[in-house]
Formats: sequence, C-alpha cells, structure tokens
Amino acid sequence: MDFAAILASACTGAIGPIAAAYALAAIGLNIHFGYTGLLNFGQVAFMLVGAYGVAISVSVFALPLWVGVLIGVLCAIVLALLLGAPTVRLRSDYLAIATIAAGEILRLFYRSSAAQPVTGGVYGLQRFADDFYALNPFSTGRYGFWPFTFAARDLWVMVLGWGLVLLATVFVYLLVHSPWGRVIRAIREDEEAARSLGKNVYSYKLQSLVLGGVIGSFGGMVMVINTQSASPDSFDPVVTFFIYTLLVLGGAGRVIGPVLGSVLFWFIMVFLDALLRQAIGTGYISPNVISASEVGAVRFALVGLGLLLLMVYRPQGILGRKEEMVLNGR
Amino acid sequence: MDTLGAPTGRGTLARLVVLLALCALTVLLPAASAAAQEGESVRGSLRGPDGDPVRGVTVTVTQNGKDVGEDTSGADGSWEVKLPGPGDYDVELDLNTLPNGVVPRERGGETLEGVTVSPDQQRAVIFPLVPPSEQTGPGQDGGETGPPAPPPEPPLAERFPDALLGGIEYGAVIAICAVGLSLIFGTTRLINFAHGELVTIGAVAAFFFNATAGGPGLQLIMAGALAVVVGALFGGVVERGLWRPLRERGTGRINLFIISIGLSLLLRHVILVLYGSRPGSYTDYDLQQNVEFGPFSAAPRDLSIVGISVLTLVAVALMLQRTRIGTAIRAVSDNRDLAESSGIDVHRVVLVVWILGGGLAALGGVMFGLAEVVAWDMGFKLLLLMFAGVILGGLGSAYGAMAGSFLVGIVAHLSTLWFPIELQNAWAMLVLIVVLLVRPQGILGRRERIG
Repeated sequence: MDFAAILASACTGAIGPIAAAYALAAIGLNIHFGYTGLLNFGQVAFMLVGAYGVAISVSVFALPLWVGVLIGVLCAIVLALLLGAPTVRLRSDYLAIATIAAGEILRLFYRSSAAQPVTGGVYGLQRFADDFYALNPFSTGRYGFWPFTFAARDLWVMVLGWGLVLLATVFVYLLVHSPWGRVIRAIREDEEAARSLGKNVYSYKLQSLVLGGVIGSFGGMVMVINTQSASPDSFDPVVTFFIYTLLVLGGAGRVIGPVLGSVLFWFIMVFLDALLRQAIGTGYISPNVISASEVGAVRFALVGLGLLLLMVYRPQGILGRKEEMVLNGR
Repeated sequence: MDTLGAPTGRGTLARLVVLLALCALTVLLPAASAAAQEGESVRGSLRGPDGDPVRGVTVTVTQNGKDVGEDTSGADGSWEVKLPGPGDYDVELDLNTLPNGVVPRERGGETLEGVTVSPDQQRAVIFPLVPPSEQTGPGQDGGETGPPAPPPEPPLAERFPDALLGGIEYGAVIAICAVGLSLIFGTTRLINFAHGELVTIGAVAAFFFNATAGGPGLQLIMAGALAVVVGALFGGVVERGLWRPLRERGTGRINLFIISIGLSLLLRHVILVLYGSRPGSYTDYDLQQNVEFGPFSAAPRDLSIVGISVLTLVAVALMLQRTRIGTAIRAVSDNRDLAESSGIDVHRVVLVVWILGGGLAALGGVMFGLAEVVAWDMGFKLLLLMFAGVILGGLGSAYGAMAGSFLVGIVAHLSTLWFPIELQNAWAMLVLIVVLLVRPQGILGRRERIG
C-alpha cells in the first residue's frame, strides 16, 4: 500500500475545486440552518439554478459568462422567493419536505426531454466557461509542491472557488455580527420572542433564504465551471445530504464551520476512496467482499453512518456550541 | 470516467438510470482517480440509443489538420487515443463505421472541434447517439428537419381507463407504505426519512427468497410473506436499538430527523453493495395476459396488487378502530402524555407501530417490485411520493395518508395522458407543493398541527 500516494490525493481533494464548491453551498446552508434554523433540504436546487443559469445563458443564448452569472444569481433569488413565500410560515419539517420535493421537481424538469432544447436534457450542457479559462493568468504546467501540485487550469478554478469562499465567509461574519444577524439567531432560538419584539419574522426568514440561496448558487456555478459540464443528475438530493453532513461536521452556526467541514469532508472522502481502491488492488480486501466498482457505494454508506453518529454523539460538530444544536423545531 | 464501461441493467430505462447514476458518481469524484495515470489522452465510451455499447467504430483525433491518432471502439464501446501533450484537438467519429440505425444526435455531431486537454488529463468526450428518426440539425431543436411523427395513439377516452387503473395501483402501493410513515409520525413525531429503505428491504428480501441464484427459490407468495416478517423485525430492531435510546436521551426532533437521513443513506448504499445496481424481477407472475372488463384491461397481477392493498388498508383501519392496541395507538397519537398517564405503555405502542410500519412497508416493497422492478433505490424514489401522500392527507392522520396516497398515484399516472412519462413523479410532487400553499394542514389534517 502506497500511503504517500493516498495522502497526497486526499490532500489534493481537500483543497480542490469540488471542496470549494461544497464549502460555498454549505456557507449558504449555514445561514439557513445554522443561524436561522430553517430546515432547507433543497440547497441543491439553488446550486442547480445557479449552474444552469450560467450554462444556459452561455451555451444556448451565447451571452457572455458574467451575464450568465448574474442570471444564475437572479434565478436563485426568484427560486428562494417562490419556494419561501408559501413554506417558511410552516413548521420546519414541512419546509424540509417541501424543499427537497422542489429540488427533485426542478431536477426532473431540467432533465426531461421536453426541456432538452434549453437544458440539454439528460446529456446536459458542456463547454460554457471558455471565457473564464481564457482569463487564466497561470501558464500551462504544474504548480505547487508535494503533495499539493495542481495543473494551471485547476489552480485557476481553485483561485475562483476559494476566493468566493473567502468573500462569502467575510460577508457572513459581518452579517451575523450585525443587528440583522442577531435577529435571525433570535428567530432560531425563539420565534415567538422575536415576534413579540416587533420583528417581522416572516420577512427575516425570507431574506435569510434568499441570501443563503444566492451563496449556494455560486457553489453550483463553481461546480460546473470546474467540469465545464452541467448535467441534471449531478444535482441529486444526495448532494444536499453531503452538504448537511459537512456542515454538521464543521459546526453549524459557526462562521468557519462550513469551510472546515468541507475541507475535512473531502479529505476523508478522497482518503477513503483511495484507501479502499488500494486495499482492493493490493489484495488486502478480497474483491468478493467489496469490488472496485462498489467503492463509491461504500463511501456513500460511510457518509450516512458518519452523519448518523455525528448527530447522535456530537451534533455541534467540531466548532459548534452544544446548546445551539438541540433542535426541537416548531 | 472509467465507470462508464461498468455493466448496466436490463431494461433500457433502468440502464439509462444506472448509467446516469454512475456518471453522477464520477462527477462527484474529485481528481483521485485521474491522478493514478499519467499522460494526456482523449477517451470515451460509445453507447447506442438503447444503452448497448457500440463496437467497431473508428475515432480519429487531429490537431490543426494533422493526424494524432485513432482508435476503434472495443466490445464495451470504449476507445482511447493517447496524445502527445496538452492542447486543443479535434475528435471525429467515422460515420461509415457506425452500425445501421445509429447516428449522432445532431447532424454534424460526429466532429467535436477544439477539445481542450489539460496536462495529465484523460479527457472524456461524449458522442450522443440516437436512432436516425431522432436526429436534429446542428445547434437547433430539430424544427427544420421536423420532429418524427409520433406513433398513432389511441384516443384519450381509451387511454384514460388504463391510466386511471395504473394510478390506482400506484396509489395503493404508496398508501401501504405511507400508512406506516404516518403512524410513526403520529406516535413519535419523527419524520422517518429512512422509510423508503424499509420498502427496499422488503422488496430485496423477497427477491432473495424468490429469485436469487443459490437462494431458497420460494414461490413469490411465500417469499413475500417472509419479506414482510423481515421488514417487521427490522422495524422493531431499529426502534429498540436506535430510536428509543435516542428519545430517552432527549435528542431534539430535528436532530432525529437528520439522523434518519443518515440512516437512510447508510441503508440504501449497504443494499446497493449487497444487492447490486442491476434491477431484477421476481420469477413468478412476470408475464401475464391482460384480462378485459368493460373499458379496463389489466394483468391479473395488477388487479391482485390493488386487491391485496385495499384489503390490507381496510384491515389496518379496522385494527385502529376496533382493537385495544389500535385504540392505544390512536390515543398516543392524540396526546402522548395523557395516554401515558392513563396507563398505556407508550413504549410498547410505539414498538408495535414500528413493527407494523416495517411490515407494511415491506409488503408495499414486494408489490412495487412486482409491479415494476426490484432496484436498490426504489424505496427512495417512492419516499417523496409517500411524503406527498402523507402531507396531502394531513401529517399524522393514517386515513388521510391513505386518501392522499391514492390521489398522488392517480395524479402521477393521469399526467402521462398529456405529459411525458418521465415527469409523472414531478407532477405528483407539484401537487404536494400546491396543497401546502392552499391547505397546509392537508385534506384530513387538523389546523393546529402545522403552526
């Protein structure tokens, strides 16, 4: 077993573009779930509309990339208002089911053959981020030192992804330390108390949904810009579960929680993947027990187990405060 | 993209779904697998419209008009051309080597120009292939070439009864599964996200008893009965081993909800490892002649599914109304503390509800597997529809869940009269959102429960 190679790929995964995309989505979800107490299980829907906002604008309507980004953000705002207006009044578990259903409805419509002329159907859309790569300041080659070497292209996506993560983190820090942030945390703790102070709880929840949704849509954009390919089935509900897992791991309701969570989560995921593949390849695990094609499934199962154990034994994650994570909901 | 060459399922749709799931997996996978190999290449895996690999097709890679290399797709449809270095390449599919009846999705789609390959990248490219009737012109929606004439369909009046019957069958299966979900919510206030996996466990257990090579090979009715026992036991074990200890620790309701999501992920992928991604069918009642009665025509299998479901639902309703344990379940749902103080053993009632819910879900799974196919993610697909049914009827109301589920099933199937079948579940879930807008407490729910 080549542990150096396993560690190297795990480190690369932990700071790669995918981890940045998930960190962004989790920062958005942290505003919903960690600070406002909104049980949004449709974060992937915001990623989907953001990603397709870019992909469709560029591929189908031949608009410049930055216009696509604006359209993606606009789509996320519209989705948040459409989804939130009827549902944030409801009890949290209704919101959870309505949001997860909305995410699935969107995915099913985007992949349907009726939508194929615009969304590319099940094939999705490809090669819409050439504008972005044309701006790449790094000349071709590999950068970094062991174990962190990246191709110029990946490095450029990482600069974008982690740059956005930094911006979003600073934004959230300022936000939660503002009067607005105090109100949404008050809503999480006791909605009636916030209401009795004359705060319009409904409006604050909607604002929170919009803000978190827009940040989530940036996560979706980074994800598809990285692969230059947007396909509806990469926006499966499982993505939302991953985001919850890493958010809980890092610590919901903490500014750095989602970032730490995403880095750790992807380190563990890639580490497990590489470890299992090596163990099967070198015969430590018999292919009759787990074959190489089942590694993905085993990894998913372990994520589920991890989420379960975290929620049972350490719902506050690494950074969180325990008293903030006893959620009885309304 | 090495998983593209993995074995796929039987039915065209199933194959597509599995393939897409694998694609989704590879998209989620970061650079780990690519890091294993060195050197640039372009590769892909050619699949026909039915998902079968297309072999013997020549793919040529050129750069600025100069040949770089070519490869012919193998038995699994895969091809790979090694490249001298990173850069932009043109990839062309030789149309003359394509088998009859397969063409690129877009006219001119045999050439992909300017494929950018970065250092050490094994760039995967896709040539979408379709039957000639579905080919469209370059970059537009096919308006010019004209869409293929749809096969003549029987008029709406003739298709309506079949769709209605299909909807009733679908609704019956959803209802059987959703009743348990609703009872569990009523007695413990837990939204059990892992309920879909109870359904899959039932279907897969019956598959093991009935159709697995090397399994007992029991007749389906026997296998189904055993599967219900397995499901009921599993429900009981989960309650005793996980949920009861957690409730006694005072874990928050939303924490419990998220724990059930973790459990669902865990169970689903354990089933995927054990059962595999290939959908299967039971050995009995697979192919049947339709019987005609009036405007309806259906296979005896489908009629039995409706009959068994309705009988089971009636039995559950009678149990809830007439028996002591049924009364106790309703009392606990109504007011847990009051029930406890009047001498009802709440732990025991909740355990019975879990056993009942697990058994019913397993039965639903067997019938769903019989009506369609047994697959590792069948329960998860049904889960959102169960939620839709439960919320339509009013969370916590068992009768509401039954009514709501039938409505969801019928909406899903009737939508296929006007809309593509791939969207049937989307319409059913849209009904859920519309109901939440108009009457969030559901059809039979009580207003206080939503606030």
